[in-house]
Amino acid sequence: MRRLDARLLLPVLSLALLLAAVFWVQPRAMSYTGLNLLFNLAVPIALATIAQMLVIMVDDIDLSIGTFVSFCACVTATVLHDSPLLGVLVLGAAVAVYAALGALIEARKLPAIVVTLGMSFVWAGLAVLMLPAPGGATPDWLRTLMTVKPPLLPMAILACVLLAVVSHLLVTRSALGTRLRAVGGNARSVARAGWSVVRLKAVAYGLAGVFGVLSGMALVGLATSADANIALRYTLLSIAGVILGGGEFTGGRVSPVGAVIGALTLTLAASFLSFLRLSPDWQIGAQGAILVLVLAARLLVRRRAVA
Amino acid sequence: MDLSAAPAPIVALAGAGRSFGAVRALAGVDLSIAPGECLGLVGHNGAGKSTLVNLVTGALAPSEGSVRHAAGDPRASGVRWVAQELSLAPNLTVAENLILTQRDLRGLGWRNPARARIRAALDRVFPDHGLDADATVADLTLAQRQMAEIAMAFAEGGPDPRLVILDEPTSSLDASRAGQLLEHVRRFRDGGGAIVFISHILGEVFAVATRIVVMRDGRIVDDRPAGGFTRSGLVEAMGHVVRGGDRTERRNDKGPEVVATAEGLRAHAGEVVGLAGLAGHGQAEALARLFLARTSAWRGRGPVPVAFVAGDRARDGVLPLWSIARNLSLAGLSLLTRAGLVDRGAEGALARDWRGRIGIRTDDVDRPILSLSGGNQQKVLFARALATEAPIVLMDDPMRGVDVGTKAEVYDMIRAEAARGRTFLWYSTEAEEMTLCDRAYVFRNGRIAAELAGAEITEERLLAASFEMGEVPG
Repeated sequence: MRRLDARLLLPVLSLALLLAAVFWVQPRAMSYTGLNLLFNLAVPIALATIAQMLVIMVDDIDLSIGTFVSFCACVTATVLHDSPLLGVLVLGAAVAVYAALGALIEARKLPAIVVTLGMSFVWAGLAVLMLPAPGGATPDWLRTLMTVKPPLLPMAILACVLLAVVSHLLVTRSALGTRLRAVGGNARSVARAGWSVVRLKAVAYGLAGVFGVLSGMALVGLATSADANIALRYTLLSIAGVILGGGEFTGGRVSPVGAVIGALTLTLAASFLSFLRLSPDWQIGAQGAILVLVLAARLLVRRRAVA
Repeated sequence: MDLSAAPAPIVALAGAGRSFGAVRALAGVDLSIAPGECLGLVGHNGAGKSTLVNLVTGALAPSEGSVRHAAGDPRASGVRWVAQELSLAPNLTVAENLILTQRDLRGLGWRNPARARIRAALDRVFPDHGLDADATVADLTLAQRQMAEIAMAFAEGGPDPRLVILDEPTSSLDASRAGQLLEHVRRFRDGGGAIVFISHILGEVFAVATRIVVMRDGRIVDDRPAGGFTRSGLVEAMGHVVRGGDRTERRNDKGPEVVATAEGLRAHAGEVVGLAGLAGHGQAEALARLFLARTSAWRGRGPVPVAFVAGDRARDGVLPLWSIARNLSLAGLSLLTRAGLVDRGAEGALARDWRGRIGIRTDDVDRPILSLSGGNQQKVLFARALATEAPIVLMDDPMRGVDVGTKAEVYDMIRAEAARGRTFLWYSTEAEEMTLCDRAYVFRNGRIAAELAGAEITEERLLAASFEMGEVPG
């Protein structure tokens, strides 16, 4: 527990710092509507980050999550809107494909980076087939869900807190999540204890698929329409979110709460830069600079801890 | 309860054997382990101990004969295993690690029982252990990790342990913790549990074993109550009687000293120095330290000072996509470059030259390296090191999985190169290879335990120095 806190300290601090900077530049953001606007787009990003985290947790990486979320968004805006049952079936099949990929990667000892890179083109192609031109429509219930105005806290923040709690219970507390983390930590001894690593990886990827689907749906709920390239940036954003949140690329060391905070930080960084009236050409570079800064700080903290 | 009947064995092997390809790691083993027994299992590296353990735990299926467990399968029979290499998941806490071995921990409310079980086990095995069940394993010292792993094996729950296999369980423990463990092993044994105890410290084996099984070349060569052995008798039973090794070519005149490390490793020019001892006692690390100290300069220009022959070909040696010639020239590439470019003609000539000198069996050095057999791949790695003209050659158990014919050719090559003034530092777990050396250092627990020279290097002396004979507390 103590270690967990130390790991969460930096993400929390960087989020607080950015938030303070945003409020300083734009005091009107310090309101119910302001916060909701700031963090609205964080919900799908946080969901995609959790999906990425589940894959990183078992010592792999998912380069297809961005196009997968785009594909799910296209399905939501077309098939799910027009014939809900078929839509659910298509999304369910997508999750099954994710689980099968996890099993395949482990069973054939394939590098995840190659398989998911290849799959990213498959998902992108399918997304274009679904929705050749931007368009589609959001199912009404989804629109209502994403724009609900709960008392006290805006929906975006409530959703992120809920996501953090659920994924914390799933990954950190449950027996299944602990076993999945053990796969990342020491797959050999997991296998030696009699567990099927193939099955566990399938579960991890399948769960990642579920969160990817939710991310796509949340995105359509906010954007009201979809486009085949709607979430391309999510691949790198999700990886950055996991790492910002105190996770590591190898060894099954991840923090779900941190990952959600990481996603919030990344979203906020983008808003902050627009508030500064930075030209969009510079924004991506500036976002990268913020990322480098936080990661450098983490390295320093880690060094200090080791010394 | 009927005390007169012999208790049913927890595991019984009948004519059990296991082959890996053409290699027979274990053959014709008849062994049964009953409750209340502590079996001391001893033997040299490669004697078949780990294969036997793998059969007992069910990690491997026998390729001949049968292995029967009391309750059908090993897990239900309460077979637990503390492997030699630590096998905890370092990213989890001590209590969380329990979830891998104990199947009855599930759902969301599993943490409290897991904590309770591991705490109880730690208290029982290592009183005043000072270990927190919620500590992440990565934050623990090596000794604490070993304690946690041992306690996990003795923890109640998800069937309770009935047979615990301890493979070198004290390798990271200090004397008082080791004493506590031996004390607990005796208690567990007297309480009706069974233990298989593997250790290179013979004093420990004698302290706890009720019965000692000696293995050699994949067979059980002796199986008697512990009282039937003396320490020297045990060492004798482990070793071969036949000895190879032809010493006629030994040089007596020593050249200048070219290696002297802080840990006491010394070598003179033209000497073949052996690093002996059981596997994993610091020999490979000593070689790696020496190599890195000599070669890690920022500007690696000029002649290569030290060359390295890797034993784990697939991991540290072969570049699988490259040709034989390119694999061979890699280490000495700076000798073949002109204006920063590799001289292809010289590279080919070098490879063909070494093909003849070391007998690499191929008609074309531009073929892929994987077209060669394992032994010939190893010859390429030797040639890679020797072609650098480096005066010192380090060898990390290079003869692993090499056939006898190739071995003889390489031995001749080493002697010939040594006669020309090159120095070889040679780590091998095979005593026969150590007898070919001019001098040998025996490593134990990461330190040099003994130094033998010339005719003193015999399998008996090497074994005796590899195993600690001394008394242990407890």
